Amino acid sequence: MMERQVRACPTVPLISLDTVWFQVAGTLCNLRCTHCFIACSPRNHTHAMLSLEEVRRTLKEAAALGVKEYYFTGGEPFMNREIFPILEATLRLGPATVLTNGLLLDPKRCAKLRALDSGSDYSLDLRVSLDGWGPEDHDRIRGAGTFQRAVKGIQNLWEAGLNPVMTVTELAVGIASPEGRKRFLRTLRSFGLDKPRLKVLSLFRMGAEENRDRGYYSWERLTESDVIDPEKLQCGSGRMVTSQGVFVCPLLIDHPEARLGSTLSESLRPFELAFPSCYTCHVQGVTCRT
Amino acid sequence: MPESIAVFGGVYSNYLALEAVCRDAKGRGAEALFCLGDLGAFGPHPDRVLPVLERFQVASIQGNYEESLSQRHGDCNCGYTDPRDNHYARISYEYTSLKTSETTKDWMGTLPTQRRLDFGGRRVLMAHGSPRRINEFLWYSTSSASFLSRMLGTHQSDLLLVTHTGLHWHRKLGEDRDVVNVGVIGRPPNNGRPEVTYTLLTSGRDLRVEFVPVAYDHTRLAREMAEEKLPEEFIQTILTGWWTTCLEILPAKERALSRY
Repeated sequence: MMERQVRACPTVPLISLDTVWFQVAGTLCNLRCTHCFIACSPRNHTHAMLSLEEVRRTLKEAAALGVKEYYFTGGEPFMNREIFPILEATLRLGPATVLTNGLLLDPKRCAKLRALDSGSDYSLDLRVSLDGWGPEDHDRIRGAGTFQRAVKGIQNLWEAGLNPVMTVTELAVGIASPEGRKRFLRTLRSFGLDKPRLKVLSLFRMGAEENRDRGYYSWERLTESDVIDPEKLQCGSGRMVTSQGVFVCPLLIDHPEARLGSTLSESLRPFELAFPSCYTCHVQGVTCRT
Repeated sequence: MPESIAVFGGVYSNYLALEAVCRDAKGRGAEALFCLGDLGAFGPHPDRVLPVLERFQVASIQGNYEESLSQRHGDCNCGYTDPRDNHYARISYEYTSLKTSETTKDWMGTLPTQRRLDFGGRRVLMAHGSPRRINEFLWYSTSSASFLSRMLGTHQSDLLLVTHTGLHWHRKLGEDRDVVNVGVIGRPPNNGRPEVTYTLLTSGRDLRVEFVPVAYDHTRLAREMAEEKLPEEFIQTILTGWWTTCLEILPAKERALSRY
């Protein structure tokens, strides 16, 4: 289990609320990935799905605060039956990005997404997770047959006229090197995507990942002597909205100490970087934004 | 107080386009010319830009290039996050830094980082990326109206002019409140045409914002780039009008309109 440290740690101010995340599917997912940092699954009800009404309320507050962009994650966002009206309401106010495993992206849903995108001045971006070079790696983490199904979802998006970003964790061995990236882009081209987009994500050693590999070592913590740059940390410019209130970031929604209030306005205060995942963000320069 | 001004960014050492743009703007009656920074990068012979700026009395502010060059930084601080984008940014910066004289680098450090102007009663603020960060990318499809309104409020202005992204746009935020990305004149706006685009602003009861495409001797520029052994990818952009590098930073909508 992750424990709060007793040593003093740096504090990050919210410089500007630019990014608002929605835990739109709660912790419910149609998969049970072995590296999920919040251990989402078909039975994890820790955070409930957000309703259109709840999202609308937050959007109204966010617009008044001058928020720049919106992200949607879960769980699997397309399990939320109100996801389309939610995205429609969002795209009236600003750009939206949806993080998905791609399994529910059938041609009909992709056509609806394309229509939403065409109807807005703002970008609707999709991010589909792939965890490896092929079914061998990916399916070991995400479940049998999921690689082929995700690729089908990606191709459906592409055929509908949308060009998703592929999010790949470092479990795809070698992905972080220039050659690794090149090779991965070639793989994506082989699926028919001629303008492949790629984002590599670090692993967070928490949630399900603690059992798959290992948790954080006790020394993987930030201390007072670490010089942090709030502009480079996503907690310096973003907040995460879940059914249980507003949290500092998408990674820490299982930690009551990371809950900063019940509304965005209540969550604008500084945050103490006491969690080992804060160490990963600082050291590896991670942001969940695209 | 001028009634018509021309504003552009990102000269990127394209002194031929710069000269064509300045002539065009004067011809259309622009009373003052402004550059929002990034005089160097991408193109050949960076030291040929300064004399043209002086000849046409273009008032410039610093871009991230001027900031980095004048402070003798090792990189351009362009703000890219993708390794492929950064690879080409590095080539560009190393060439420009090598070919820019020490005197010019010092001069770049004397340029202001922002400029304010009264334009027909509108409070204009000029910045490179954004008023809060020199290398912030403000794209049309990812800058919400509420965010831009907040920015105008925070920085006490009615008309904000920025560049940095390479793509021009205009967002009206209600009565007499506007944000304009004036675009760049160093390379085409990724539209498959070789012309570059600057912004002509005319004050009056309503603000008029025109994006003016300008043709110039781009084949000569391409030839000089080849002579300087600049990457073939850069030359192709000048010739075809399609970006071949720094594409990963583009948001979904802007990328969809892109050839590569």
